[in-house]
Amino acid sequence: MLLISCPWCGPREELEFRCGGESHIQRPGPCESVSDERWSDYLFTRKNPKGLHYERWLHAFGCRRWFNVARHTATHRIEAVYAMHEPAPIHLEQGNVL
Amino acid sequence: MSIQHYSGWNVIRSGFGGPERWRPAWRNPEPKSRYDVVIIGGGGHGLATAYYLSRTYGIKNIAVLEKGWIGGGNTGRNTTVIRSNYYYRESADLYDFSIKLYEGLSKELNYNVMFSQRGMIALAHSKHDLDSMQRWVGAMGLNGVDTEIIGREEIARRVPILDMSAHARYPVLGGFMQKRAGTARHDAVAWGYARAADSLGVDIIQQCEVTGFRRDADGSISGVETSRGFIGSRKVALAVAGHSTELANKAGFRLPVTSYALQAFVTEPLKPVLDTVVLSLATGVYLSQSDKGGLVIGGSLDLYPSYAQRGNIPTVRSVLGAVAEQYPSLGRVRFLRQWAGIVDIVTDSSPILGATPVPGLLINCGWGTGGFKAIPAGGTLLAHHIATGEPHPLARPFSLERFSTGALIDEAAGSGIAH
Repeated sequence: MLLISCPWCGPREELEFRCGGESHIQRPGPCESVSDERWSDYLFTRKNPKGLHYERWLHAFGCRRWFNVARHTATHRIEAVYAMHEPAPIHLEQGNVL
Repeated sequence: MSIQHYSGWNVIRSGFGGPERWRPAWRNPEPKSRYDVVIIGGGGHGLATAYYLSRTYGIKNIAVLEKGWIGGGNTGRNTTVIRSNYYYRESADLYDFSIKLYEGLSKELNYNVMFSQRGMIALAHSKHDLDSMQRWVGAMGLNGVDTEIIGREEIARRVPILDMSAHARYPVLGGFMQKRAGTARHDAVAWGYARAADSLGVDIIQQCEVTGFRRDADGSISGVETSRGFIGSRKVALAVAGHSTELANKAGFRLPVTSYALQAFVTEPLKPVLDTVVLSLATGVYLSQSDKGGLVIGGSLDLYPSYAQRGNIPTVRSVLGAVAEQYPSLGRVRFLRQWAGIVDIVTDSSPILGATPVPGLLINCGWGTGGFKAIPAGGTLLAHHIATGEPHPLARPFSLERFSTGALIDEAAGSGIAH
């Protein structure tokens, strides 16, 4: 069971949340200049790392707000919780011994 | 004299001569420096590919590289269900082909894979479930897969432990059945293919992890770096399920795959209580009873991407809660084991088969939660592509290109796969 620290509600059980998948994906544009391959990348291709994953979470049964989580996909350890507009805390990856 | 052929007569004979007369089912060779074909992943799909390459296409110099032990990944972690009740024609053709191969597999491999066509029932818990089942069964009929709608009385007769009462938490309105569906012994499928491939000269190399790929100046593959040294080959195939992204990245391309944990459970052995496979569409929970008596239970995916082969407690609770609600008499049954496999989920819940952006490197992945049922087909199709250089007609619609052409085969929506 994950204990996730919602930035607004504090630590809550994972059952209250929904994982929205990889974060920081930019929609390419303008649309008339986007190739099919690039569009397919945007829609379907995912980093899917075995390691630190930057992902969106929704506090579905709480404040219903979105935020970002940096979580290790093999240990499930949560390294950081940060706001939707903040950049990924990539400095965590260097010290990530796993 | 050693015995290699498996038969009742040889069991009796070795009973007199002593068990040391049995030969090991496969060798444990040192890797050679070069092979004609290298297959990465010693699960069912990889081993079957090696077997069909050798048997059907006469290619002899083949290695299967396995990071751990053969059949130790999803092949040994699934709930052993084999079925072909899919919505679209491409999937129906593919999975039905696989069932047909399973039907002859024990004889072909001289290895009892215990394929038991005990049928599978999908339950409808609402009017909407029932409506979508009608549509689903109709589509399957058009695609040549025989399934039938069955009523409450038939379900009550076939599954007496199911709570069919008026007050049931999950009321049963009806369902449909595929009679040719069933289960097989998962380890035996891996071991049977391994033994048959080995006897045709395939080198099965365990404890050999692929750490990188070597490519020529023109980009084509020239071999793999492994934990046991470099192995040269101009034809390399990937069949590593949940770890496909990792290896694809090492080879220099990306995949539309996300890895999740899918859990399974087995109970203490019981007397026979269930002689078919039952799936509940609403809860995503399915169960069957093994020949040993244990109830084998599967459910929906864990809720977030994961490479941890253990699974999370909230999913345990929701799956087993649903079992206790639907089968009240099992409420106090104890569990022997719980585990998880890492499955490669694709947006349309259909596999990715065939060419990759790297010349000489082929892929078989994206089976998601249902790779076991497709092992004989996956192996046949990949072997065909490696040997002939062209995708098998059944594999053609499942190419990696479909994500940019838009020709998805959306079984996620079509056949109600629960993710």
